[in-house]
Amino acid sequence: MSETPATERAADLRAVTVGIGDGAAGFGHERGGGVDLATQDMVLNIGPQHPATHGVLRLRLTLDGERIVTCEPIVGYMHRGVEKLFEVRDYRQIIVLANRHDWLSAFGNELGVVMAVERMLGMEVPVRAIWIRTLLAELNRVLNHLMFMGSYPIELGAITPIFYAFRERETIQQVMEEVSGGRMHYMFNRVGGLKEDLPAGWLGRTSAAVAAVRSRLPQIEDLVFGNEIFRARTVGVGVLSPELIHAYGVSGPIARASGVDLDLRRDDPYLAYQELLDDGVLRIVTRSAGDCFARFDVLLEQVKVSLDVADACLTRLHELPQGPVNVRLPKILKAPEGSTYAWTENPLGINGYYLVSRGEKTPWRLKLRTASFNNISVLPQLLEGRVVADMVAILGSMFFVVGDVDK
Amino acid sequence: MNYPSVHLAAEPSLDAFGTDNGWVIALKALLVFVFLVVFTLFNIWFERRVVARMQHRIGPNVNGPFGLLQSLADGVKLALKEDIIPKSADKVVYVVAPALSVIPAFIAWAVIPLGPVVTIPFTDIRTPLQLTDLPVGVLYILAVTSIGVYGIVLAGWSSGSTYALLGSLRSSAQVISYEVAMGLSFVTVFMYAGTMSMSGIVEAQAQNVWFILPLLPSFVIYAISMVGETNRAPFDLAEAEGELVGGFHTEYSSLKFALFFLAEYINLVTVSALAATLFLGGWRAPYPLSLWDGANEGYWPVLWFVGKCLAFIFFFIWLRGTLPRMRYDQFMKLGWKVLIPVSLVWIFGVSIVRVIQNEGGVDQQTLLIIAGVIVALLLASAFIPEKKPADEPAEPAGDFDAFAGGYPVPPMPGQRLPDPVVTVPADASQDQPRSDARDLDAPTNEEQSRG
Repeated sequence: MSETPATERAADLRAVTVGIGDGAAGFGHERGGGVDLATQDMVLNIGPQHPATHGVLRLRLTLDGERIVTCEPIVGYMHRGVEKLFEVRDYRQIIVLANRHDWLSAFGNELGVVMAVERMLGMEVPVRAIWIRTLLAELNRVLNHLMFMGSYPIELGAITPIFYAFRERETIQQVMEEVSGGRMHYMFNRVGGLKEDLPAGWLGRTSAAVAAVRSRLPQIEDLVFGNEIFRARTVGVGVLSPELIHAYGVSGPIARASGVDLDLRRDDPYLAYQELLDDGVLRIVTRSAGDCFARFDVLLEQVKVSLDVADACLTRLHELPQGPVNVRLPKILKAPEGSTYAWTENPLGINGYYLVSRGEKTPWRLKLRTASFNNISVLPQLLEGRVVADMVAILGSMFFVVGDVDK
Repeated sequence: MNYPSVHLAAEPSLDAFGTDNGWVIALKALLVFVFLVVFTLFNIWFERRVVARMQHRIGPNVNGPFGLLQSLADGVKLALKEDIIPKSADKVVYVVAPALSVIPAFIAWAVIPLGPVVTIPFTDIRTPLQLTDLPVGVLYILAVTSIGVYGIVLAGWSSGSTYALLGSLRSSAQVISYEVAMGLSFVTVFMYAGTMSMSGIVEAQAQNVWFILPLLPSFVIYAISMVGETNRAPFDLAEAEGELVGGFHTEYSSLKFALFFLAEYINLVTVSALAATLFLGGWRAPYPLSLWDGANEGYWPVLWFVGKCLAFIFFFIWLRGTLPRMRYDQFMKLGWKVLIPVSLVWIFGVSIVRVIQNEGGVDQQTLLIIAGVIVALLLASAFIPEKKPADEPAEPAGDFDAFAGGYPVPPMPGQRLPDPVVTVPADASQDQPRSDARDLDAPTNEEQSRG
């Protein structure tokens, strides 16, 4: 061979580049003007304990001054091996485990499990239970979104909106607590229906709660949305393109804020959503900007829609005759051999359970697909080239729960 | 000491100062110190109560009447905490920094006038309620408070922590740029008062109107820059607990942290006192009260002065309860591209008006008309859209020469690196390409058959 192979020449090139200036040797990124002014990038660990990470997400940032050169999310600090634990629990116990990976949408998490098992069993759920489930799922969505509507301004430095949001959360949590006994982990779903029927007079109190939240929602809106600084911090920041959303499997409000119009409540209807959709009560909220502001805007709009849906469910429950809310189950509950995939539109995005059973009383495998994991994995794409202050704005607008990331 | 015999006509005399005997000076210094410490404790409580009200909460109400002793209890507890010095810290600077931050905060109060000349009770000694005054009192405050910034910068640098370093970097840039805007907003006050001494400025406002009325733009600029100067929300970028954990004081604990905290709250009072003195007539009673002759005599003015300071502090708290934090670059943009140019134009305008008034050439009405026209023009200019920078035309994508000029260079915009040549094993092409595009969520037939 007379010619130098291209690969070898490329290696030479690289060696020459690194060799310029001793001051630059060994630095990952050379910047600045030459040998004397070569600067070293700073590595900043955001987390695992940091106020902006809502828990133990860790971002390893390489900074050039305040600008982010690279970002590497490191997950797993809260990994509990929940999928393995599912395999040694029977279907009643799994609900307890499954409702807490995303601790802000416990009801939605329970729903996926019971729907998967019911589908495997070919079980018919009483109509009253379906409507109650829909109602509670939507109230749960409101609770979840209100949490983020309060915590996101905190990350941007506004300390007041969270107290407004928590007042509304408290109002709804009270009715949720009354019906289920739990304030976060409701444990109200059972395979085949619900734990028990609604308490007497609960429908009226829930109507009042929904009305109260709806009437006070404009206060949060005025406090945050009209604010110049809030807009300056969020509009045009962290724009997520539909291509990236498809590539990373981002879902939920974040995807819809970028114009990716996917909502399982409409696209793969479960519970009573088809009927609500036909009535025009359930509207799918989308925005096209794809920036932090659009994501936050979707959240607010979804709260309004969810409150409307909750009202429609309440009206319906008033009309429905009394009846059973669950199905009598055998002492030992076994799902027949086979597999199924149940996915639901959780408040944060698509939440799926892939259930494989070999006819035992425990699943052979229960794969958990969580929204936050995919939503967080797109972060490096969004953060590179932004400043640290934007990092917080973008991270906060990805609306994640660390338990949902780490499972 | 004799002053030069040539005086400007408008300059009030500083004769009342520098005549105190030793123990009076010591007493006044002690009282200023005590006042600041107690007022800080009060302000912490005040802030917590007010913010709590804004957030549908109650706030501290258990310790002492109305919870007033809460901050005292917190302070004692803070002082008893373990004092930690990080291993990677530069120890000397790390220890000196809090002192460097808190000492200037105290000594800035040497020239702040709290009241008129009073008689000390049980004696015949008459003395002004001000430790001392200088012909350049305001400049003294500017100088001293900017030393306090060194405390923040050095604290962040010496902590040996990334967050602290970022915080101190931000803080230094922030305070330097806002000090310029702040200084410029004082210039018009000096023009109207004819003096830089604090007591002289109060005196000038007694003969005239309060300077907030003729110099409203200066006051607005000062009000914005004083928030930036004190690192308070919405300009608390140096601390930014959501981003930088605690900013420059992340690594500090116990008394050293308490000193930073103390310095922040004293600075809060200092800028409020400065605003009250320069624009709101200092210790002089506000309008309806000023009709009473005794309002500006004896110890009453201290009350008016503290009241004015509290009004500003309430404003600070209100901002904190309402606004999110600005981003660093937006904040710098506000300072350099808005506040400083507006200040300069305003100073220019005020100096023209002052010259015309002093010459006595034009009457009041004509001046007002000219001012109205200028304001209208400025308002109109605010509606002219900002020119967007034209997109740079894309470079013609020439061939990439890795050795252009004889040494290795990166590709120019529009050029791309040649694809690396990948050596493919001879048998690789026979394998079927693996499909990675499979939807991970939807079960495939293969997986379903596994059950």
